[in-house]
Amino acid sequence: MTSTVGPPRIRVGAVRARGRRGWIFVAPFAVVFALTFLAPLVYAFGLSLFRDQAFFGGTVFVGLGNYTQALADANFWDAFLRVLLFLAVQVPIMLLMALIAAFAIDSARLHAAGFFRMVIFLPYAVPGVVAVLMWGFIYGDHFGLAADLNHLLGQDAVQPLSANWILTSIGNIVTWEFVGYNMLIFYSALKVVPPDQIEAAAIDGAGTLRTIVSVKLPAIRGAIVVATIFSIIGSFQLFNEPNILRSLAPNVITTYFTPNMYAYNLSFAGQQYNYSATVAIVMGVITAIIAYAVQLRGQRKER
Amino acid sequence: MTSVLRPRRSRTLTAVMALYLLYTLIPLAWLVISATKTQPDLLSTPGLSFGGVFALFDNIGQTFTYDNGIFLRWLGNTLLYVVVGAGGATVLATAAGYGLAKYRFRGRQAVFAVVLGAIAVPGTALAVPTFLLFSRLGLIDTPLAVIIPSLISPFGLYLIWVYAVDAIPDEMMEAARIDGAGEIRIFLAVTLRQLAPGIVTVALFAVVATWNNYFLPLIMLSDPNWYPLTVGLNQWNAQAIGAAAQPVYHLVITGSVLTIIPLVIAFLFLQRFWQSGLAAGSVKQ
Repeated sequence: MTSTVGPPRIRVGAVRARGRRGWIFVAPFAVVFALTFLAPLVYAFGLSLFRDQAFFGGTVFVGLGNYTQALADANFWDAFLRVLLFLAVQVPIMLLMALIAAFAIDSARLHAAGFFRMVIFLPYAVPGVVAVLMWGFIYGDHFGLAADLNHLLGQDAVQPLSANWILTSIGNIVTWEFVGYNMLIFYSALKVVPPDQIEAAAIDGAGTLRTIVSVKLPAIRGAIVVATIFSIIGSFQLFNEPNILRSLAPNVITTYFTPNMYAYNLSFAGQQYNYSATVAIVMGVITAIIAYAVQLRGQRKER
Repeated sequence: MTSVLRPRRSRTLTAVMALYLLYTLIPLAWLVISATKTQPDLLSTPGLSFGGVFALFDNIGQTFTYDNGIFLRWLGNTLLYVVVGAGGATVLATAAGYGLAKYRFRGRQAVFAVVLGAIAVPGTALAVPTFLLFSRLGLIDTPLAVIIPSLISPFGLYLIWVYAVDAIPDEMMEAARIDGAGEIRIFLAVTLRQLAPGIVTVALFAVVATWNNYFLPLIMLSDPNWYPLTVGLNQWNAQAIGAAAQPVYHLVITGSVLTIIPLVIAFLFLQRFWQSGLAAGSVKQ
């Protein structure tokens, strides 16, 4: 099996002597990368070590003080546990739907498979903001489909924007947006599974399901690991959907609904830049650790 | 007889998948149908049926003229951010991916590790520090604040890297060198053509990322004259709430439809390219 994510191999004949000239091509990217990724990271870390002084003005060095504050912050944990719950439920549902769609389209048993592939991918081309505005209207009780349904049933049965349902409603939007994208990643990987492996399984008497489980699924493990990592990162970064829906459900979606919203509101509503940077760094570290753990686990199972 | 690779088509499977298709399409159908309604019809008629008047063209006209034609300005801004931001991202990712794939130099592995690490860093977590940094540099509320961060696409760099390793034989580069071509000339005259499917894929995904970008312009810009479509549409939507509420739902909906159309067309027409580019990327994953 091929490895999950690793440096692509370089031909042995690559020219070492001319190697240094490679920097001509890499340098422009590296400079902008340093300005937009590394500098803000370093700056954020610097910020996180200081705190505003309430009475005297200016800032004072507090070492890791902000970090101990964050780890004891009920709002932060509330937000963190919410995205963790979201991740635990939404990501498996979305990836499973994407897998089923990819297998169905790849199975050659589907009528008009190309049409299905294109339409299922379509939501990816819809800007996230438009997707949320659209679903927000649909969820709304002014003139949305939820209102139509309640009207039809004669009671307020469907309340997508209520406290009990809001996380599910957000999960539905994210699923709608990204099933197609993940489906395409899986489908691209399925297309390069060698046909002779599939024929060999059929000669051994394996049915469609058995072929999927023992030949195709292992063959696209790398793609599944990559899609899982991206989905986990996406869940931890959850921002657009709740932030835009907040105008429809201001009492249900708090300013610390997700860690990212918390960091954003600390900065832009509360002017607490130092603490906001701390929250961002803590989330970044947690995300990186979990993404790394998933990748390690994905690789270990391959052997 | 049907073979394993060409089995009989299944109606049951097609029917099940058709249900999923409905889930994908109904919200979009709702959006398109709603774009043909006047605001009063929008509030009084059921979502999936047409209103009393077919007001699509009237709505489009109003969308472009409302508030002194600010929508057109937002469209122009989005195009500016897409052309310079996504275009620049494609150029930088292509050059760097190629350089990393075909040259061996000190620090190559380090660059790879840092870029992969960057994919795992939450982009939105970087946004607040980037905002603070850019405000020190005086870039806030200028197009540059949106464009500069858009120039980096770690995913694009990775895709070109895996693509270039196989798409450009070392022998081809050697032959060009014997002909006396310099490294930059080799890149421009020999390799760009080989990389074309990969470049189209990277460009398309960079265009989508920039066109759809919301969080970055939201925090970097406060002057509505620099807003892209996404931030502008949400501002129109937010206008319906509060004391001086002026709901323009029909414009938000029509504007949304107009925002989607260019991307859908781009994806449909470039299908052949980006699907082969993605497939090449996934072989290596």
